[in-house]
Amino acid sequence: MNFDFSDDQKLLKDQVRKFLNDKCPMTTVRRVLEGPETHAAEVWQGLIDLGIPGTTIPEAHGGLGLGPLELCVVAEEIGRSCAPVPFETSVILATEALKMAGSPAQQAKWLPLLAQGKAVGTVALAEGPQPLKPRGVATRFGNGRLNGVKLPVTDGELATFAIVLVNTGGQGERALSLALVDLAQKGVTRRRLETVDPTRKHAELTFADATAELLGAEGEGWRVLERLQDAAAVYMAFAQVGGAEAAMWMARDYALQRQAFGRAIASYQAIKHKLADCYVKLEIARSNAYYGAMMLTEGGADLPLAAAAARVAATDAYDYAAKENIQTHGGIGFTWQADTQFHYRRARLLSLSLGGPMAWKDKLVTRLERKNAA
Amino acid sequence: MDFNDTPEEAAFRKEVRAWLEANAVRKSDDRQSNRARNDDPELLKKAKAWQAKKAQAGYARMTWPKEFGGRGASPILQVIYQQEEQNFLVPLGFFDIGLGMCIPTMMAYASQDQLKRYVKPALHGDEIWCQLFSEPAAGSDVAGIRTRAERSGDDWIVNGQKVWTSGAHYCDYGILLTRTDPSVPKHQGLTMFFLDMKSPGVEVRPIKQISGGANFNEVFFTDVRIPDAQRLGKVGDGWKAALTTLMNERLAVGMPSGGLDVDELMELARDTELEDGIAIRNQQVRSKIAEWYVQTQGLKLTRYRTLTALSRGQTPGPESSIIKIVAAAKMQDMGAFAMELMGHAGILKDEVPQAGGFQAQWVGGAGFRIAGGTDEILRNIVAERVLGMPADVRVDKDIPFNKMGGKG
Ligand SMILES: Cc1cc2nc3c(=O)[nH]c(=O)nc-3n(C[C@H](O)[C@H](O)[C@H](O)COP(=O)(O)OP(=O)(O)OC[C@H]3O[C@@H](n4cnc5c(N)ncnc54)[C@H](O)[C@@H]3O)c2cc1C
Repeated sequence: MNFDFSDDQKLLKDQVRKFLNDKCPMTTVRRVLEGPETHAAEVWQGLIDLGIPGTTIPEAHGGLGLGPLELCVVAEEIGRSCAPVPFETSVILATEALKMAGSPAQQAKWLPLLAQGKAVGTVALAEGPQPLKPRGVATRFGNGRLNGVKLPVTDGELATFAIVLVNTGGQGERALSLALVDLAQKGVTRRRLETVDPTRKHAELTFADATAELLGAEGEGWRVLERLQDAAAVYMAFAQVGGAEAAMWMARDYALQRQAFGRAIASYQAIKHKLADCYVKLEIARSNAYYGAMMLTEGGADLPLAAAAARVAATDAYDYAAKENIQTHGGIGFTWQADTQFHYRRARLLSLSLGGPMAWKDKLVTRLERKNAA
Repeated sequence: MDFNDTPEEAAFRKEVRAWLEANAVRKSDDRQSNRARNDDPELLKKAKAWQAKKAQAGYARMTWPKEFGGRGASPILQVIYQQEEQNFLVPLGFFDIGLGMCIPTMMAYASQDQLKRYVKPALHGDEIWCQLFSEPAAGSDVAGIRTRAERSGDDWIVNGQKVWTSGAHYCDYGILLTRTDPSVPKHQGLTMFFLDMKSPGVEVRPIKQISGGANFNEVFFTDVRIPDAQRLGKVGDGWKAALTTLMNERLAVGMPSGGLDVDELMELARDTELEDGIAIRNQQVRSKIAEWYVQTQGLKLTRYRTLTALSRGQTPGPESSIIKIVAAAKMQDMGAFAMELMGHAGILKDEVPQAGGFQAQWVGGAGFRIAGGTDEILRNIVAERVLGMPADVRVDKDIPFNKMGGKG
C-alpha cells in the first residue's frame, strides 16, 4: 500500500507553497481583481523560473518530464493561493490537449514554448449560456478557416493560442473536432468580459476566417475533449482541495480571534461543527483526488470514474468551505475589503469551468453503470 | 502511488486466501444469499467456532504481541486478512468490543497473571467482553456516571446501573467505570475495574431496540463485590483508563463492511419505474447515487491513506476521524432513500424482498449515529483536536460531583 505522495513530491509542493506564500500574497490577488492586468505577471514569471509550466512536458520538448503526481501537488498549491496565473488553462488544459492529440509537428512547435512560458495556451469551448454538449456547437471549421464566437474563454486576452471546439459537419459527436488557432492574427477579435471572478480574466473570442488547423483527427473532438476533461478534473480537484483547505483555515483563524458574547466564536458549536464539516468534505475530496491522480499516472481503466468522483467531491468541498468561510466572518466577510471573496469567487469559477456538479454526477453514474456492466 | 502489495504482503495474502478457501465458504455472486442472517439463533455459536479457528491459525489479532496470541505484525497484514475474509461467508461481530476496546485496556493496566488468564480465551472466542460505561444519566458526558464503588477490605462494593451495554446478555466479562469519590470534580473521582458478569448482584435485562431486536441491555449492580486486584489503574484514575478504551475505539483500523451500498441502490433503481421512466435515468436519483458513491470511495481511500502512513512507519494523520461521521449518516440516508424508491410499499416488512436490507440500514443508521460517540461529539472532536478550536464551555468542570445540580 503506497497511497500518498513521495518525499520528493512533497518537497516540490513545499517549494511551490513557499514561493507562492512569498510572491503571491492576497494583496497580489486583490491587485488583479481590482486592476486591468490579465494576470499577475511577476508570479507567472516566478513559476516559469521554477519550471512549473513544463512540469509534465517531456524533456525532449524542454520540459521537466515529470509525471501527473508532480503536477497535482503544484495544482494544490496554486489553488490554495488563488494565484491569478494561467495555470488551469495553459499548464493543464492546453498542455494536456497537445500531449493527447497534437501531431508531432504541433507538439514540436508548441510544447517547448509552453514549457518556457513563451506561449500561453487556453481552450475555447462554450458559446454562451448553455452547458457544454455535443449538440449545437456553431463555431465552424473547414478548409483551414475558423468562424464563430466563443465565450467565455479563460485567459482569452492573454493566450497565444487556443484549442477550439468546432463543428466540422456530420452527425452527433462525430460532427465535432478540435482546432488549434494562433490568436495573434487578423481574423481573431478579443473582447474582455466581466465575470464573477475578475482575478482570472475572461474574454469573448470572435473568429472571422481565422487560420487554424485540426488538433487530432476530424470527428474525434468530443472524444478527445472527454479524455481531456477527465485529466483536467483530477488536476483541478487538487486545486479545489488546496482552496478548500485554505478557506477552512481562514475561517478557523478568524473564529479564534473574533469574540462574541464574551468568548471566541470558535467556541460555539454552530461554528465548530460547520468547520468540522468542512474538514470532513475536504478529506473525502482529498482521498478521491489521490485516487484520480493514481489512475492518471497509471492510465488506469478506472480513470473516468475516478476523475468524476474526484471532481464531484472537490467541487462540493470547495463550494462549502468558501461559503461557510464568509458566514464565519459575519459582516466583514461580505465586504470588498475581506479576503473571503477570493475563495468564494474561485470556487464558483472552478466548479463551472469544467462543467458543473450536476453534469459530473450524471457522468459518474454513467461510468459506474458501464463498470458494473463490464 | 499504487495499491500493490509488497512481496511480503503478497505472500501473506496468498497464504490467507489458501487458508480461507480451506476453512470457509466463498461468497457467491448472488448477493441475496450473502446477507448475514442476524436472527439466526445459532449465530453466536457459529461465530465462536469461527473465532476459535481464526485464533488458532494466528489471524485473529495479528498486531498483538506473540505472547498474547498475536504475531506482532504490522496493521497492514491485519487489513489484508480482513479484505480477504470479506469474500467469505463467516459470522462476525461479537468480539469487536472485547478485542478492540476491553482487552487493550486490560493490556494497559492488568497484571501479567491476569493477562495470562484472560487474553487467550477472549482471543479464541471462548469468553466475550463488554463495555460498561454509559448510564441513564451519562452517555456523551460519560464522566458524569453515578455507579458507586466503595472500598470494603480487599474488595469493592458496587451499586448502580449501566445502560446500552451491547452484548451484556451473552458476555462473560466486562470493564466497568465507577465513581469512587463523589466529593471531587467529576473526572477525578472515577475508577475502572473489570468483573465477571456472573458475579452475584449483577442483573442483565435486555432492552428491546427500535429494530425489534435486543442487542443492548440494562445492567443493574446490587452490592456486587469486585476484588481490588481487578482494579484497572489507580483509584481516581478511571478517566485516564476510560480514555485508553475510547482511544482504542478510534484506532480500530477496520470498519464494518458488507452492508448494502451503492451497487444495491443502483440495482434497485434499475428495477424501479418512476413516472418519467426507470429510476436510474432520473437526474435526482443519479445525483444521490453519485454523492454516496463519492463518500463510499472517499472512506475506503481515506483508510488507505492511514494504512500508507502505518506501512511507512509514520503516525497516521487525523483523517480517519471523519469515518463514522460520514458512514453513519450515509447508511441512514441511503436506506431511507431506497425505501422511497419502493413507494408506499417501502414500509412493508415481508412482501418486498429488497426492502429488508435497506430498512435495516435506515434503522441501523439511526443507532450508528449515536453509538461510540454521537455525530455531535465527533464533530466536537474534529473541531478541537484537528482544527485546534476551543473546548466547549464546561460549567461543571471544577465543581465537586456531589455538589452538582441534578446529579449525585
Ligand atoms: C447501538 C448502541 C450500542 C451501544 N453500546 C454501548 C456499549 O456497549 N457500552 C456503552 O457503555 N455504551 C454503549 N452505547 C451508549 C452510547 O455510547 C451512548 O448512547 C452515546 O455516547 C450517547 O449518550 P446518551 O445516549 O446518553 O445521549 P446524550 O449524551 O444524552 O445525548 C443526547 C443528544 O445530545 C447531544 N449532546 C450531548 N452532549 C453534547 C455536547 N457536548 N454538544 C452537543 N451535543 C451534545 C448528543 O449528540 C445527542 O444528540 C451504545 C449506544 C447505542 C445506540
